[in-house]
Amino acid sequence: MTTMVTTKPSMWTNYSTWANRYRKWLFAAPAMIFVGLLIAVPLGWTLYLSVTDSEGSVRAASNLVGLSNYFEVLTDTDRFWPAVMRTFVFTGGALAVELVLGMCIALLLWRPFRGEKWVRVAILLPLVATPVAVGMMWRLIFDPNIGFANQVLSWIGIPAQPWLSGQYTALPTLMFVDIWQWTPMVVLMLLAGLTSLSDEPDEAARIDGANSWQRFWFVTLPLMRATVIVTVVLRGIDALKTFDILYATKGKGGGSFHEVETLNIYAFGLSFDYNDYGIASTVLVLFFLLIIAIMWVLTYRRKANRS
Amino acid sequence: MTTTLPTRSAAKTPTPVASAPRRRKPRAYKTFRVVALTLTVLLFIAPLAWMLIASLKSNVDIFDASKTLFFTPTLDNYDNVLSRNNYLIFIFNSFWVALLSTLFSLLIGVPAAYAMSRFAMHRSALVVLMARIIPGVSLLVPWYFIFANMRMVGGFGVLILSHMFVALPLIVYIMISYFDSTPLELEEQAQVDGLTHIGAFLRITLPLSVPGLATAGILSFIFSWNNFMFALVLSGANTKTLPVAIFNFVSYASIDWGSLMAAAVVVTVPIMVIALFTQKYIVSGLTAGATKG
Repeated sequence: MTTMVTTKPSMWTNYSTWANRYRKWLFAAPAMIFVGLLIAVPLGWTLYLSVTDSEGSVRAASNLVGLSNYFEVLTDTDRFWPAVMRTFVFTGGALAVELVLGMCIALLLWRPFRGEKWVRVAILLPLVATPVAVGMMWRLIFDPNIGFANQVLSWIGIPAQPWLSGQYTALPTLMFVDIWQWTPMVVLMLLAGLTSLSDEPDEAARIDGANSWQRFWFVTLPLMRATVIVTVVLRGIDALKTFDILYATKGKGGGSFHEVETLNIYAFGLSFDYNDYGIASTVLVLFFLLIIAIMWVLTYRRKANRS
Repeated sequence: MTTTLPTRSAAKTPTPVASAPRRRKPRAYKTFRVVALTLTVLLFIAPLAWMLIASLKSNVDIFDASKTLFFTPTLDNYDNVLSRNNYLIFIFNSFWVALLSTLFSLLIGVPAAYAMSRFAMHRSALVVLMARIIPGVSLLVPWYFIFANMRMVGGFGVLILSHMFVALPLIVYIMISYFDSTPLELEEQAQVDGLTHIGAFLRITLPLSVPGLATAGILSFIFSWNNFMFALVLSGANTKTLPVAIFNFVSYASIDWGSLMAAAVVVTVPIMVIALFTQKYIVSGLTAGATKG
């Protein structure tokens, strides 16, 4: 290309000059067009569907019904609000445990030691494992009759638990699965933060006579604030949208009592089991707004803290 | 977890603060650390080992508590999965969908990330990154309708496009932070030597970005390979990817646990092998942005 530019002026030179002048948009355009066509248009469509009574087939005639879908969904204490609750319980609970456990493991891995490589491999494996396969794996382990979990409980004399098949134990069990799979992610992120810290503040606190716990709580943790927030945001977004392990273990509607039906599962069921596109879109719009609101609060607080 | 705190603070007691020039942790802490690390490794590995063990058992042995660890290994489950259930086709499907969606996303995502990094196009970057936040379900209904109209549902094209929705924002996110940390000087030097802007990008920056490209590519391959929801709705009988095939395994009346675990091993092992060899890249990709604040 460059040799062409230095030779005689030609169509190619003109084109090249033009391309170089507008390279900013030329480079960004394909990705932006993709995002526009495959994301912005569908999102707009979802927004439109949420104010219609579209049902059965998207092609079928539908009527604009204004905000009545929103009214219907927001007053639905049977499926919608419990699903909101479960989404929050699942995300909040799993995320809290992942952060604490992840911080403990990251601190253990912080200083170099022999065999470090193997520990790092071990924590990487759950992270890359296919979530559906992970769901199936835990389904066998937590099987009430033949599962290893109840076998272990019987060794230490605790009665067998229903785990995934229990109405009240299913959600906590799935939170455990989420914690198993995604704590390594939190560990890696926090560890990256820890390794980038300079030793000096810690050293200074040590000389001032602070003990390990004080140094962690008053020195290391405040320095890690930015990393912790990024971790919470990234992991939180994914946890809110958890679908694979829930659907793989409990199937449609989040089980017979809807015991693990989060917003994502609920919206998926409305869309593809009931074909109730109007209501499904309304739930999705509300879900999306909810995620944005949470992210806004987290990043807004970050900016407020920084200034 | 709860034992961390007492032992960590106990660690300081025998350490005279001023008189220890090199910090030497007492034996108690070292022991604790070894025990805690061993437990951590066990916690994360044991379930995977269990899956592997169960995949080597006959279904009779899986139901027999006395044969938890001692049993006669058999490869029948794998035979069942690979030859009788046509998993080879699903492996093939998963592989091509993941590979092509990754390549196409790199093709359009890397230049975009470059432009967004060099020209500080924060708003455009934000638009692409929004895709990470959007619940995938909200795109599925419109997609299904659009692609059904174009008679594409059940084909590979729609699967690749939908997986690009996952791959593209990831690649843009990783590559922006990679380009942000690549110095401008070499590019400017190349321009002094007569390369155009685009030439400098293609001949200087891109070859220097191979580690970043590897990171983004590997991660996007893994995420596409693992993706379940899009293929669940958009794939046809012949284009099913592995996660969907595994899910369909259990919709029969009784679960063939041995074969199910064999299928789970078949889908997870390739990705774990990739992860073992590319650990460095995966970690740097997953933690991109963790330290930026």
